[in-house]
Amino acid sequence: MLTYALRRLLLSIPTLLFISLVIFFLVDLAPGSPASEIPLTVPAEVRVKILEAMGVNDPVHVRYLLWLKQFFWVEPLHMIDGWFGTTFSEGMQRIISYQSRSPVMDIIAERIPQTLIVIGTAYLVAILIALPIGIYSAYRQYSWFDQIGTFVSMVGYSVPTFFTGVLFIVIFAVTLGWFPQIYDTTHEVTDWDSFLYQVRQMAMPVMVLGLFNAAEISRYMRSSTLENLNQDYVRTARAKGVSERSVVLKHVLRNSLIPVVTVIAIGIPTIFGGAIITESVFKINGIGGALIGAIHANDLPMVQTLTFIFAILIVVFNLIADLLYGLLDPRIRYE
Amino acid sequence: MSDAATAIAAPQPRGRFADVWRQFKSHRGAVAGMVVLGALVLFVFAGPLIWRVDPTFVNPDAVEMMKSRNKPPSLAAPLGTDQLGRDMLARLMAGGQVSLAVGLVAMMISIFIGSTIGVMAGYFRRLDGPLMRMTDLFLSLPLLPLLLVMMMLFRDSLAGAFGPEAGAFILIVSAIGVTSWMQSARIVRGEVLALKEREFVLAARSIGTTPTAMILRHVLPNVVSPIMVAATLGIAAAIITESALSFLGLGFPPDFPTWGRLLYDGVQYMQLYPERVIWPGLAISLTVLSVNYIGDGLRDALDPRIRGR
Repeated sequence: MLTYALRRLLLSIPTLLFISLVIFFLVDLAPGSPASEIPLTVPAEVRVKILEAMGVNDPVHVRYLLWLKQFFWVEPLHMIDGWFGTTFSEGMQRIISYQSRSPVMDIIAERIPQTLIVIGTAYLVAILIALPIGIYSAYRQYSWFDQIGTFVSMVGYSVPTFFTGVLFIVIFAVTLGWFPQIYDTTHEVTDWDSFLYQVRQMAMPVMVLGLFNAAEISRYMRSSTLENLNQDYVRTARAKGVSERSVVLKHVLRNSLIPVVTVIAIGIPTIFGGAIITESVFKINGIGGALIGAIHANDLPMVQTLTFIFAILIVVFNLIADLLYGLLDPRIRYE
Repeated sequence: MSDAATAIAAPQPRGRFADVWRQFKSHRGAVAGMVVLGALVLFVFAGPLIWRVDPTFVNPDAVEMMKSRNKPPSLAAPLGTDQLGRDMLARLMAGGQVSLAVGLVAMMISIFIGSTIGVMAGYFRRLDGPLMRMTDLFLSLPLLPLLLVMMMLFRDSLAGAFGPEAGAFILIVSAIGVTSWMQSARIVRGEVLALKEREFVLAARSIGTTPTAMILRHVLPNVVSPIMVAATLGIAAAIITESALSFLGLGFPPDFPTWGRLLYDGVQYMQLYPERVIWPGLAISLTVLSVNYIGDGLRDALDPRIRGR
């Protein structure tokens, strides 16, 4: 198991390097230039110097290696400095955004809490809704509950989040006026009232993302439970007089959770991607919004760094899912 | 001749297609999906023959244009008009043509790449490792951000080469195709690997069939079912991706209607005219839902383990 984990970990390094290469060179083809962001009142010779200082004129492989160094060496060092008050990264150049001229990682660090709060809550809600529905509709297969559940999950899975989001805004914010239409990022929770406001403004994005993910997870849960309900060990458990409750909730549940847990783990990076849409529907100032803004403003370092962070998330969670599968299922032995 | 005699004389062997169709018909969701999708296709492609209003017509007379803006539903415009006085019903039809076309063409590209790579990887052992590594790599790319980046990068150059609409169409279709073939490649590879061990392949090889003929005559016809299911589901995914891109403002150019673009344009006015986001959104959702149901039904119908029952 340990050797397998180590091997996978080592293998993911070339994978990530290759992905970073693809992302960097693809984004680097962009027609926009950082020069367009410099005001026209700046004299020409100063403009040349600014561009030189930004390192735009260097050949592309130099910039790629520099970016790699900044991403994997300077930024972690800077993070350590921030935590322990050391000065490892003093005098080192960090990844600078073309748009705001501030370090990209600072912007991401500002934005990520919004994304994490909304997405994390939505995913938790999705799991909490999906598991009981999946189990019960498998247990009562072809009952009216199962029929409705399957239909609803098909609808939830098919209707895109940008439509459910807009629909919810029309219904709950415009017509009924229950929830605010736009997510206020600057809102701070200090007392009970502000906490209630936070809950209200989170309700719609969480519902939209949660419903979409719940639909997917409950489909997996249902089929996984169905598969286990017909196994021999279930018949044995019933035959020896184990109560129905503990047959389903102990024997079957534990076994059918194994594949679902990996599905949940693999789904985490994809909901970060899907959150790009939800964030733009509800105007949440998270990393998805930052990516869209950077793309529209031709802010190449920002786009490269954010896209690469998404790629890291995917690779890491795929690894976690594989390892979890081996840990949870004793039938699977990794050499 | 009596009826009984013909019944005995001709126990018509049911063909594979009839068998599949019989199973498909018993899947209620799939049949409903076919009906809804058929109605939508009819609405989108036959509708403009009846409702002959130009979807891009803006009244050149400024006063008339101002008067024709934001009209509520009426006999002259059953779904009202938009902020420039264009007829919403006609725009919905025109948008549907583009959205469905994008879904179909993107699916074809993705299926072509996917099944080529899948067959290659499954059939030639030497190619299996590299091709599957490449598939894994593609699967770990962050697709939506990359699609957005691709739209930003190539939109202007392709618009210059083919005109704004055709350029956007080519770009969107190929971008979606290039980023969505991985699942079908994996499925096809698995099927081909299993197929390679069967006797008829051995028999074909023993009489000296060349690899090309083997793939075209013996392998491909036998992996058609999983490819068809993947293709159906691929249409739905492509339509959603196109609308998402248009919704984020990185799809088709502004005055070119697609369902996603109409939804995006409607969002600005949704407080006053909520129907402007609801109609295109409903159209996207119904299409995707019915296509997904058809895919489900096809999967059941094409699965011989289920079909026998």
